[in-house]
Amino acid sequence: MAVPHYMASGMGGIRSAGDLVARMEYSKNMKVGEAKEYVAKKLGISTLDIADEFIMRELREELRIGTVTAVPGVPRGIAAKMNIEKLLDIKINSCEKFRGMLN
Amino acid sequence: MTEYYTRMGDGKRVLMTKEAIMADIQAGTADAADMAEIPALTSADMEKLFEIISDKNRIVGVEPGKEVVLTYDIGQLDFTGDNGNSGNGVDMGRLEAALLHERALGADTFELAHADYSIKPVKPIIANEMQTMEEIQAEIIAPYFYGAMPNMGLYYAPDGPYGNPADLMREFKIEESMASSEAAAEHLARDIEFVGTRIIAAGADGFNFDTTGSAGDADCVGTLNGVKALREACPDAYINVGMAGESVMGIHGSIEFEGQVVAGLYPHQQVKVAQKAGANVFGPVCNTNTSKSLAWNLARAVTFIKACTDVAEIPCHVNMGMGVGGIPMCETAPIDAVTRCNKAMVEIANVDGI
Repeated sequence: MAVPHYMASGMGGIRSAGDLVARMEYSKNMKVGEAKEYVAKKLGISTLDIADEFIMRELREELRIGTVTAVPGVPRGIAAKMNIEKLLDIKINSCEKFRGMLN
Repeated sequence: MTEYYTRMGDGKRVLMTKEAIMADIQAGTADAADMAEIPALTSADMEKLFEIISDKNRIVGVEPGKEVVLTYDIGQLDFTGDNGNSGNGVDMGRLEAALLHERALGADTFELAHADYSIKPVKPIIANEMQTMEEIQAEIIAPYFYGAMPNMGLYYAPDGPYGNPADLMREFKIEESMASSEAAAEHLARDIEFVGTRIIAAGADGFNFDTTGSAGDADCVGTLNGVKALREACPDAYINVGMAGESVMGIHGSIEFEGQVVAGLYPHQQVKVAQKAGANVFGPVCNTNTSKSLAWNLARAVTFIKACTDVAEIPCHVNMGMGVGGIPMCETAPIDAVTRCNKAMVEIANVDGI
């Protein structure tokens, strides 16, 4: 089911900005239109472009918010999410827990 | 006369004329409108739905710019589970399954799940789940939930400590049946708080409640009270409340959440109690009738969900699995049907996600 859902109507997660839009829907109860506008503004691109894999592949690497292909040295996991926190001006629970483990 | 390839609710391919498809669209939307006392689809909506269903292409999709968020349920079980979950029977670790969904399948969110996918069996192994959550959160980027069904049936005999309401009703022990449901609902709410607060403490982005109300109205109330407790304990947790059906079954009949009887609530009413409990996202459901056509099922589903999104104050991610959201009830849902249902839900029902 994952493939037809993505191909028919999905944003594509970290292939584009789907994870970022999802975070705004869940953290701020934003409807999809508002969430896309918020993310697009933070990324400095249009709401059409945030679901464009071509644009987002380079932009995600530049912003260090995680890429869908494996690039040695580019942040993923907690490091990428810490950069997403700054980009979207939100707190992410796993990052908070990680910081709480540091001395 | 031109005929179009389409599907029945069990997935079988059939040929139908435009007149037959339009007749089923009209009957499907009228059925939903009559049941829930909501508006039927407009003529323009029905014409657009016909265009989607009769599209000559094998797969269809939304217009660029109209993409929505895909929230996934059942976690790794879609790979590791058996055919009961349309699982592939491919054994793999939960980390690998999560990263495959994130990096190969375009998932916007994903989740960790227990093999039984129910709240109750998670309690004794919560430390294992917390450890795995911490490990996967270190690697994953997309929002990563814990997911489970409230599945209050597990609290009734012979699996649980409370008398089975159906058995008690057969013995005309109506009051005992209702009391049993209420006790089970309180137990479920306590378990949700126990499991939910611990998994959030392990770094989970949130909790996905799948098939709320599957054991009836008391299951729904127990879940909503659990959600309310979880929201109070974890104000920033992402909470998704997904339902089991288009109407809450009244097995108890009069049990309430915050003064609202939940039996018989439809999606446009269910979303209001979910909001009140503290959900961030609501997952409305409409089940598929296998004896009816895709046109009938999809028109009916879109009617329920459109009425829900019209009144919702929070995003709605409609359930679009096997046998819900207009999709045929079969293990291998045909992609022509799945993609048509997606497009209709986004472009007619205005959902925020799937």
